[in-house]
Amino acid sequence: MEAIKTIGLTKKYKDVTAVDRLDLTVQSGELFSLLGVNGAGKSTLIQMLCCLTKPSAGDAFLNGISVSSDPSGVKRMIGISPQETAVAPNLTVRENLELMGGAYGFSRTKKKEKAEALAETFGLTGIYGKKAGKLSGGWQRRLSLALALIGEPKILFLDEPTLGLDVLARCELWEMIGSLKGKITVVLTTHYMEEAEELSDRIGVLKDGRLLALGTAGELKAKTGQDQFEKAFIQIVKEGESCDS
Amino acid sequence: MRFLTFSGRTAKEILRDPLNLGFGLGFPLILLFILSMIQANIPVTLFAIEHLTPGITVFGLSFMMLFSALLVAKDRESSFLQRLYTTPMRSRDFILGYLTPILLMAAAQGLLCYLAAFFLGLPITASVFSAVLFLCLPALFFISFGLCCGCVLNSRQAGGLCGALMTNVTALFSGVWFDLDLVGGWLKKIAEFLPFLHAVELERAVLLGDFASAFPHLYWVAGYTAVAFVVAVFLFLRQMRR
Repeated sequence: MEAIKTIGLTKKYKDVTAVDRLDLTVQSGELFSLLGVNGAGKSTLIQMLCCLTKPSAGDAFLNGISVSSDPSGVKRMIGISPQETAVAPNLTVRENLELMGGAYGFSRTKKKEKAEALAETFGLTGIYGKKAGKLSGGWQRRLSLALALIGEPKILFLDEPTLGLDVLARCELWEMIGSLKGKITVVLTTHYMEEAEELSDRIGVLKDGRLLALGTAGELKAKTGQDQFEKAFIQIVKEGESCDS
Repeated sequence: MRFLTFSGRTAKEILRDPLNLGFGLGFPLILLFILSMIQANIPVTLFAIEHLTPGITVFGLSFMMLFSALLVAKDRESSFLQRLYTTPMRSRDFILGYLTPILLMAAAQGLLCYLAAFFLGLPITASVFSAVLFLCLPALFFISFGLCCGCVLNSRQAGGLCGALMTNVTALFSGVWFDLDLVGGWLKKIAEFLPFLHAVELERAVLLGDFASAFPHLYWVAGYTAVAFVVAVFLFLRQMRR
């Protein structure tokens, strides 16, 4: 089943086209990574899929629901962990989780239960009463991921979820993201090639808002004749540049 | 009632910051005590308690403006709002969730000022409660203005504008620290076009129980408040739907 389908999805800011007539399909339960250099259009694409910004043209359908005509319907089935940690700094871990539960309209009991269950899953019980603003970057990222999941989303968007983390914290977060595979659909943007290669079922490479390549890490390596994924990515982007010129 | 959940968060976020408590609640009280002490030691009437207290309560509202501006700006910068925009929360939940707790804080701050003034010689009458009630109108103006700033500025700019500039503008054009009639000229003319002096005069009139004198000032404050509120809602919706 198709979890995400975009048809000619376009976003223009004055004379800049951030996303250009994008046609893309992501299957249910898939972990799909979006790669691209800065300004490729990854975050803009996620913002359109999350109904944070309106498409200039085209449309996207999440589990068959249009982001243009029924954003409320879309919002009921998605979760997002933005590039920034996006936590309430003076609230404790528990209060942050319960606040998000409240945003989804959960009852007091359900908020408490969901918060406790997610804290257990993400190893947050030891810091449950600590203010989020006092946590290290790694713990804030974990909390951010837990916050994205409290609404029981069918589709989860992770915008550079391991940005700025040390190697150990990144690996721990990879495990957590990897554990979601097959259970919900995950769309991930990242600058880390090894992250995309390690976690993804399929990878899309974006440049100037256009999809340059699509496939598994192995397929992209085979297509470019490279043995390392990073080299394959660079070749795809550079070939994209030469096509432009 | 999602707005109540968000209101609780707004209140906690502000009240758990010791700097906010110090400036928002402590500073107006300190000013009240210092100026009352000065008054007790000078032969002329400059800071009579029934004249000073309404002015201090209005001046204290400038900190509420700072709270709302900084909180919204920080929530935008940290993508916290972006995260919440992907939930089923609606625009009214956000706007009410920011406004309501800060409005209650403004009323509490006003009440505390009047209670402190009681110990400095202000008689507590029913008018004090009317004054706290009427304080909510200029409070809504200040909070709405803060929301406007938070919607279009980053936290540094919002802090500079609302924290440094607007507190001084409020102080200068409100007639709290000096009688604007004595200064006259362009300063008084500008003050009469701005809401600050009218807010202070409104409070003074209500505290004296002189509601007839309150009315010209009430129109000014209500007009400014209506405009600030509408602009705040417009700017909030614009940044939300960008």
